[in-house]
Amino acid sequence: MKQYLLSVYHAEGADYAPPADEIQQIMSGVEAFNTELRSTGTWVFAGGLHPSSTATVLRLEGDEVLTTDGPFLEGKEHIGGFWVIKAADLDAALDWGRKATRAARVPVEVRPLQEEAQD
Amino acid sequence: MFREEHGRAVAVLARAFGDIDLAEDAVQDAFAAASERWPSSGLPPSPAGWIITTARNRAIDRLRRESSRGDRHAQAAILHFQEPPSEEGPVQDDRLRLIFTCCHPALGITARVALTLRLLGGLSTPEIARAFLVSETTMAQRLVRAKSKIRDAGIPYRVPFEADLPERVRAVLSVIYLIFNEGYAASSGERLAREDLCIEAIRLGRLLARLMPDEPEAKGLLALMLLIHARHPARTTPDGELALLANQDRRSWDRRLIAEGQALVRECLRRDQPGPYQIQAAINAVHSDAPTFEATDWAQILQLYDQLLAAAPGPIVSLHRAVAVAEVHGPSAALPLVDELKLERYYLFHAIRGDLLSRLRRQAEADRAYRSALALTQNKTERALLTRRIEELRTPR
Repeated sequence: MKQYLLSVYHAEGADYAPPADEIQQIMSGVEAFNTELRSTGTWVFAGGLHPSSTATVLRLEGDEVLTTDGPFLEGKEHIGGFWVIKAADLDAALDWGRKATRAARVPVEVRPLQEEAQD
Repeated sequence: MFREEHGRAVAVLARAFGDIDLAEDAVQDAFAAASERWPSSGLPPSPAGWIITTARNRAIDRLRRESSRGDRHAQAAILHFQEPPSEEGPVQDDRLRLIFTCCHPALGITARVALTLRLLGGLSTPEIARAFLVSETTMAQRLVRAKSKIRDAGIPYRVPFEADLPERVRAVLSVIYLIFNEGYAASSGERLAREDLCIEAIRLGRLLARLMPDEPEAKGLLALMLLIHARHPARTTPDGELALLANQDRRSWDRRLIAEGQALVRECLRRDQPGPYQIQAAINAVHSDAPTFEATDWAQILQLYDQLLAAAPGPIVSLHRAVAVAEVHGPSAALPLVDELKLERYYLFHAIRGDLLSRLRRQAEADRAYRSALALTQNKTERALLTRRIEELRTPR
């Protein structure tokens, strides 16, 4: 089976935060999505991320590794979380991606991993 | 023969080996072998079968060479594909699979067009590059990147799931129509390399209509392309100028293509599941029924545009509908409809405004509109027509 990274992108900051009741709906939607991933054996790994302002970037310059405040890419929208799933092909992965974007209500990027699933 | 067989052979091999790149290379090898052998030895009893068998053997050779480096997929594919492929049924499905793979929405639209022409159409990379006015290197890179995405992202080689089918069919139809329009409208430069694209799009349209007999929009698209292409001989005057519908010599319309297109439109009407391509085909069928421009049944055309606007709303449709309004209710009724459209970047918007203003004898405004149109098109024949319109404004009628 192939593996795909589903990453969630959203704008950060108080200006973009949805109202509390919508956040509640998103959380229960994502929870239901996670349950479905697990019960169908699709789940490999997943995680939610702290805001991009908590990121730190390391960069090799000559022999030295420079440490700077992140994120690596400046911009309004950042990766906010991700899933790694198992799927037969892109169409199957896109079906999961559609469910993910409906649940999270933000864009989802689907990208193949180089490694196939072990089982 | 070449293009028809190319798509068929690539499709069969891609299914057998699960690798589009390998299939394409092997088919290319087979055609090269054919062009070496056939001139002296004559055509084999079944050229199509010969191509597929030869390509299959070449593909197995390639895989054997690679499998010595320990590729278990190659061994599996060799075992899997011992039987020679049968002639029709499954082959049709193979080509349908290939169409859906080439037109997958995960690929960019330029990549979809290039892949469809290369794999299904059998056009060479230089030919496609010429038709789209990009360098061979650019086109070659575009194709390599698209094929890598198919392989690495795991774009499947199959007819889509039932639930995805409507969206996926629309994607295929739009690729074919885009190829046709690129050939028809030729946004810049020379025309010759381009007409080939119209013919290729019609060939692909025929193939799709045959492979998806229950899809009325596939018939609609084919009918639309046939009816438009039937007017091709009349689109240029003997001195190479562009002739619009109003000024075309209708005797040079291709009656055979019109008959075929109209028969398809009637079939669609009987089925009564209208869609945007079928309605546009019906509009063109009304045009091709009229012996002269003046005798056109504009009321019926306007009615069809109302239908089209409901099925596929958009400013371009509104613009064309306004032309029909001008014929039914006069230019003063049409002008406000045109003015409210946000199409300032589209040359035809200004050209149509110019025509309406000129008919309303508002010469100075018409002149400005034609000049705006002129600034937005690089196409030689379109520019020549607009220049003539500007000159005509100065000569009182």
